[in-house]
Amino acid sequence: MRLTCPCCGPRDRREFTYYGHETFLHRPAPDAGGQAWDDYLHNRDNPAGPTRDLWYHDPCGTWLVVARDTVTHAVEGSEALA
Amino acid sequence: MADLTVTEATDGLGLPLAMGDCILSAQAPGTAWLIAPYPGRRAACSAALAPLGLSFPAPGQGLAGQGLAAGGRRIVWAGRDQAFLFGAAPPEGLAEHAALTDQSDGWAGLRLQGPDAEAVLARLVPLDLRIGAFPEDHVARSLLGHMPLLIQRTGPETFALMTYRSMAGSAVQEIGHALKAVAARRRLG
Ligand SMILES: [Zn+2]
Repeated sequence: MRLTCPCCGPRDRREFTYYGHETFLHRPAPDAGGQAWDDYLHNRDNPAGPTRDLWYHDPCGTWLVVARDTVTHAVEGSEALA
Repeated sequence: MADLTVTEATDGLGLPLAMGDCILSAQAPGTAWLIAPYPGRRAACSAALAPLGLSFPAPGQGLAGQGLAAGGRRIVWAGRDQAFLFGAAPPEGLAEHAALTDQSDGWAGLRLQGPDAEAVLARLVPLDLRIGAFPEDHVARSLLGHMPLLIQRTGPETFALMTYRSMAGSAVQEIGHALKAVAARRRLG
């Protein structure tokens, strides 16, 4: 598997650390309630198909969001987060 | 006052190591300052570096000092918004625009030279290091086996390698294994 770091270019999967689904980008408001916070912290889908998740490129220190497909293993693209 | 003796990270590791048509030798980085520009200050850093004949490098770029006063100093990209300044102290005014850390004693430097240098590194580094994809002066941060690596091509058959000082022994051992294996392959024809 190869991912493209927006800073360094296409790199081997060994250079990346997986963080989790992009849900982490959508932090609820402090007063959003127990259900919203429970979903944010603990509940994840297990999609067969397109998904977007967070990866860290260890060598350069860039956080990225990667769009990929868990069925075909196609990597659609990636973008830097900050 | 105590008189301290400098020991390089690669002392006692049996370098230089010649095998097949390659040679692995120590190449101490000397003075190494990490420059991490504050947000939006890359251009200001380049201006502050101008008296050294340098500018802040783009990702994957290594720059040698220009002009007579350059004196072997260079700057090498070393990660997102990070670069190493080698062979010179940070110039006046740079500290206003970037976080500066003297990391001279934190890194071990190696030099791998020879016609099979690419073949040796192909066993350890997950990058396309052929000259078309990784030309002279090109820099990358990657892995040497499981170790963090800063690699620069410094010639048609030469690479400069840097890893953390504590890992110098493992780095020499791993590259030694790869050198031996590539040399053995060659002998088989
Ligand atoms: Zn990167």
